Amino acid sequence: MLRFLLSKLATFVPTFIGVTLISFMFIRVLPGDPIIVMAGERGMTEERYQEMVVKLGFDKPVIEQYWSYLTGVLQGDLGESFITKKPVWDEFFALFPATLELSICAMIFAIVLGLPAGVIAAVNRGKFFDRALMSSALIGYSMPIFWWALLLIIVFSGNLGWTPVSGRISLMFFFDDVTGFMLIDSLLSGQKGAFASAVHHLVLPTIVLGTIPLAVIARQTRSAMLEVLGEDYIRTARAKGLAPARINGLHALRNALIPVVTVIGLSVGTLLAGAILTETIFSWPGIGKWMVDSIFRRDYPVVQGGLLMIAVIVMIVNLTVDLLYGAINPKIRRRS
Amino acid sequence: MSLLKIRNLSVDFATASGQFRAVDSVDMTVEKGEVMAIVGESGSGKSVSMLALMGLLPWTATITADELSFEGIDLRSITPRARRKIIGKDLAMIFQEPMSSLNPCFTVGFQIKEALRLHMGLNRADRHKRAIELFEHVGIPAPESRLNVYPHQMSGGMNQRVMIAMAIACKPKLLIADEPTTALDVTIQAQILDLLVSLRDETGMGLVLITHDMGVVAETAERVSVQYAGQRAEEQPVRDLFEHPYHPYTSALLNALPERATSKLLPTIPGVVPGQFDRPKGCLFAPRCAYAQEKCHTTPPVPSGDEFGRALCHFPLEKEQRGVS
Repeated sequence: MLRFLLSKLATFVPTFIGVTLISFMFIRVLPGDPIIVMAGERGMTEERYQEMVVKLGFDKPVIEQYWSYLTGVLQGDLGESFITKKPVWDEFFALFPATLELSICAMIFAIVLGLPAGVIAAVNRGKFFDRALMSSALIGYSMPIFWWALLLIIVFSGNLGWTPVSGRISLMFFFDDVTGFMLIDSLLSGQKGAFASAVHHLVLPTIVLGTIPLAVIARQTRSAMLEVLGEDYIRTARAKGLAPARINGLHALRNALIPVVTVIGLSVGTLLAGAILTETIFSWPGIGKWMVDSIFRRDYPVVQGGLLMIAVIVMIVNLTVDLLYGAINPKIRRRS
Repeated sequence: MSLLKIRNLSVDFATASGQFRAVDSVDMTVEKGEVMAIVGESGSGKSVSMLALMGLLPWTATITADELSFEGIDLRSITPRARRKIIGKDLAMIFQEPMSSLNPCFTVGFQIKEALRLHMGLNRADRHKRAIELFEHVGIPAPESRLNVYPHQMSGGMNQRVMIAMAIACKPKLLIADEPTTALDVTIQAQILDLLVSLRDETGMGLVLITHDMGVVAETAERVSVQYAGQRAEEQPVRDLFEHPYHPYTSALLNALPERATSKLLPTIPGVVPGQFDRPKGCLFAPRCAYAQEKCHTTPPVPSGDEFGRALCHFPLEKEQRGVS
């Protein structure tokens, strides 16, 4: 087990270096100069500009700049934002709970609806529910997030007035961050209606962000279930006289979970990418919006650090998925 | 009253290229405590007729029968819920591939106790006790610790023992064994067959043995039904069948046994079982039959009388014709 973990962690190293390299290069390839952006409409004198170039280290060769960035990262220093002058690390963790909260809710939404939907579709293969579900899954999967978000806002916030348009909680409530998770903090604050307001604000972003994972999970569950339902041990379970609910929900689903868990793990990457759009549209103060803002400001350290942190999260999630396989199916459990 | 009575059972599968008849007007009766063997080549509908009885066929199958009764209960009109009360309890089945017939995600103990809880309503402690008893009964060494292992941690023979333990857990009145030894080593085959027969002797359950191994038939069965292309070719008590087969197909099958071979070359039956598209108009065996005549190719035969083993043949074999093929 330990050996397996170490060998997995070893594969992190090249990925990690690759991500730093790519994020470092790409942001520099983008046209636009952070110093000019910083100066704003007033502009700046040539001497001041040169002074800034030296101060930010842009006068050195790119290789050297990269090297000093990488050594900093390895010591846990992601640098400081050009704009706010705060450490990227601190900014990330101030905003990350908002993204995490939204992502977890979206994932729960996708799993809670997607798994049963896929199972029911597989069991009723070829019938109306199956066809209806698979066509809607295809639509959900192909829908551009921003368009879907705007559509929902127009209908539910605009026409019907059921949900708020943006933010995490109504401005009527104010309390200090404890965990950074609005759902928990609003409960802890003890203010009446705060939790309801937080939930209210979460509904639309959750649906928007969860739609693609929902479609993917439903489709994957269906196809994995179809495969498993043809297996001999399902026939054995039926020959025992077990009820269909137990056969499908326990005997078959447990075996079908492996590919499903894999796509759930992979969706986390999609989810974080989707979070960037969703957060921007709903003015959700998370890392997605933070990243987009810093790209426009050419805030190099923030973009690099943010990308790196997202990559690390995706890697950790996939490692967790690998470990989960053994828990689900003892046949692929590794000897400790 | 017979334990199991099947009259004129047909099973059709809806395929992309039309209906396919896998079982064609099969009759069968099994009495209490009897060992009945169904033999035939692959694709002769042996398993399908039994799966139809258990209600385990996929939804593409259409089952029709004049009679399909188990202990007097009509299995044709029974609700799925009522059927689930019978199958796994009074009517149990074991399968060909023990390794893939057990769920890889659950311990064998879990899988056997599940059946005990469902049909016997035993509490946790009693289930545990009974599961150990059953494992001991089917000859699994160290039964208590074996309850906690997963199927992939045991051999095929052990897994088949688990399957048998599971099938007899609720003291069934009829056990259907669908090629229970095909996937196993020869030494293990004999052990499993002995186990099945001794269980029959102890409990008095009926046993239907589906096989394509004539050796197995000779050793274990009391009555034999020979199936060909979904039809019953012939049915006789085992000794009579081996002594005087009436259907040319049975005769050819027996001649193909290495033990019976008289020349250096083992006699074979030329050709293959007809499929969906090359079904003959007359007797289904006619294209491969050494005795086929004009009538055989044009008119489907009807079963002959008991004196000819109900052979589905226009010209059941006379004594002097046997042995020639």
